[in-house]
Amino acid sequence: MSDSPYDEMHGRDDGTRECYRPYVDWLSRQSAGRLEQKRAEADAMFHRVGITFAVYGQEEGSERLIPFDVVPRVLPNAEWRRLERGLAQRVRALNAFIHDIYHDQRILAAGVIPAEQVLCNAQYRPEMQGLDVPGGIYAHVAGIDIVRDSQGEFRVLEDNLRVPSGVSYMLENRKMMMRLFPELFAANRVAPVDHYPEVLLDELRGVAPAGVVDPTVVLLTAGAHNSAYFEHAFLAQQMGIELVEGQDLFVRDEVVFMRTTRGPRRVDVIYRRIDDDFLDPLVFRPDSMLGVPGLLTAYRAARVTIANAIGTGVADDKSIYPYVPAMIRFFLAEEPIIENVPTWILRQPEDRDYALAHLKDLVIKEVHGAGGYGMLIGPAATRAEIEEFRLRIRANPERYIAQPTLALSTCPTFVAAGLAPRHIDLRPFVLSGRGVTIVPGGLTRVALREGSLVVNSSQGGGTKDTWVLET
Amino acid sequence: MLSRTADHLYWMSRYIERAENLARLVDAHYRMSLLPHAPAILARSLRSTLAALQLEAAFGERHDKAEPRAVFEFLTLDSKHAGSILNCLRAARENARAVRGTLTSELWETLNSTWLEARVIGLHGAGEADIGRFVEWVKERSHLTRGVTIGTMLRDEAFHFSRIGTFLERADGGARILAAHREDLEPGAEAGGTTDPFEWSVLLRALSAFEVYRRRYREGITPLKVAELLILCADMPRSLLRCCRELHQNLRAVANEQSAETERRAGEIQATLHFTRMEDLIERGVTRFLEQFLAKMRDIGERIASDFLLPPTEA
Repeated sequence: MSDSPYDEMHGRDDGTRECYRPYVDWLSRQSAGRLEQKRAEADAMFHRVGITFAVYGQEEGSERLIPFDVVPRVLPNAEWRRLERGLAQRVRALNAFIHDIYHDQRILAAGVIPAEQVLCNAQYRPEMQGLDVPGGIYAHVAGIDIVRDSQGEFRVLEDNLRVPSGVSYMLENRKMMMRLFPELFAANRVAPVDHYPEVLLDELRGVAPAGVVDPTVVLLTAGAHNSAYFEHAFLAQQMGIELVEGQDLFVRDEVVFMRTTRGPRRVDVIYRRIDDDFLDPLVFRPDSMLGVPGLLTAYRAARVTIANAIGTGVADDKSIYPYVPAMIRFFLAEEPIIENVPTWILRQPEDRDYALAHLKDLVIKEVHGAGGYGMLIGPAATRAEIEEFRLRIRANPERYIAQPTLALSTCPTFVAAGLAPRHIDLRPFVLSGRGVTIVPGGLTRVALREGSLVVNSSQGGGTKDTWVLET
Repeated sequence: MLSRTADHLYWMSRYIERAENLARLVDAHYRMSLLPHAPAILARSLRSTLAALQLEAAFGERHDKAEPRAVFEFLTLDSKHAGSILNCLRAARENARAVRGTLTSELWETLNSTWLEARVIGLHGAGEADIGRFVEWVKERSHLTRGVTIGTMLRDEAFHFSRIGTFLERADGGARILAAHREDLEPGAEAGGTTDPFEWSVLLRALSAFEVYRRRYREGITPLKVAELLILCADMPRSLLRCCRELHQNLRAVANEQSAETERRAGEIQATLHFTRMEDLIERGVTRFLEQFLAKMRDIGERIASDFLLPPTEA
């Protein structure tokens, strides 16, 4: 697609966009030296505070900083309001969908989504069938990846309903910006984000098992060597809850306890940041050292709430993604406010024929892939890579979907050569409990390499502070 | 508090204190190596220090002879020796990282930047002249860590477990430093004239006790008086009595259903020390006393682990 990307800061003809005017005005008075100095200051600070992530496959000293860009991503209030409505709508439909497939499966009976697509999915958990969870909420924390196309339209690229991460960077980036450039916050009315942990704790307490008056919430981590450990420790501290590992918990008579210096203490809600597969070695992977034997029994007895619920992966799988707009219509009888990225489902013959004929223009994604691995970006691929994918698609078409190569919007970013446009996306965090709450903004990720569309931190992505303007 | 959290806090403090103790030992010997007297005395002292730290075997695996330079390297920046200062600082930081949410951000940042800096020093290596500077820096970072702990931490269980680690390690380290000089502490040693007075004044300085000693004792520096100061003086922050008193108080603050016996034993140790006179120690034999004391500290350490840190898997 040859459309030129949407520039978040500069309109095509009429110069700076309204929402960026005070910022650009301020920027014109800054020297490049000052920005460079502030960037270095931010790096030093992130190191000292230990805001790092672990890189898999590297040994000692494998903690790295996620590069932080000092130029914020600014969203005008009206655009955000619409996004917010669209996100809440989408997550409501996704929760309704998960509830439905683990109960009556009306949507399958109605033929809206092919049944085998759901029931044969590795992320479908038969253990959840017929189980009622508090409030019917499964995805308590959802990270919805949003991109803006060349027309300036927001579209959903991906839903993350298992253990989405990144919110700590959203919070730390704001803190850093306020520290580096306090004057900017006087000149712009930026909606605050730092109440996120409070809202999260409130939502988690709100989904405690029935009858628990003052629920004890814990955050379950895989431990200090997990790539997102900083975030786990940070959120637990900000919420004032215990950060536990599997070995700290045990189950007795279908009740979950944690081992404390004063004996066992009951746990009511587990905000888990480990995958389903590792939660309970008696039910899922028997080799898991991270989980808690018997946890599922306690869960099925409704003596503990697990957030996100087990089995949400069936709804954020790339093979299910194309059907989310249909879910919104089916469960909410509403039209989707934010559209998907156009997607070809390669298990369907006519979609497959089209895709195979246009491989060099398309992005091919493996439906179970994550983190930007296992995909083909047609325009950037060699002939050999394209042919390899052609064979793979022919062999297992149900494993792939295709999307147009999107011209992700760009935002000026401070790189070695000065300010230059780089592609960005946005991950807002949608919290569901008694209600649905979205802290304004989210995490803006930026592909730091020139021309790159891959924003994942594991592959050279950075982050920006995200501003939603209040007026 | 989670048992695992208490465990990390306890070890975090133990490792920082251990790094400081090692720094003090290296400091004493480094100063000694600058004095114009027999290298044999220094060599003997280094050997007995390695023995008191139970590091002879580990040292022997890496070096042939207890040359001062090799011992200093082994105790400070040797990244392959698990008990080096460098690795103690790493272990302190790893334990802190595992419970960073329980620490104040100031304390975490102090431990984190100590390690980051130590790693850089470790990569470049410290030259002969820098040994003194390095151990000085380690002491400063330990002082800072302790100050930040006392100045910012809530006086809750987290604080008490951290303090328990500090005082247990300090008592253990203090007793070992004295044990390394046991020959001078046996009856008749002074009369026998094997004692090197410089050695003891250097030791006092390394333990931040030189001025205190001068103020308290008007006579010259003698091993038994130094021992009295470092074992029985309740006002001396690094004395064994002081450590045991603090240990007992912090244990009382975290008492649980099964910890009564541990608390009683800690109380007994401090009460006994409180009512002991130096004459009694000399009569019983200072060396023997130190051996028994180290065994008691080991016992308390094991009891703390089973009472609080590693509760049985099925409660």
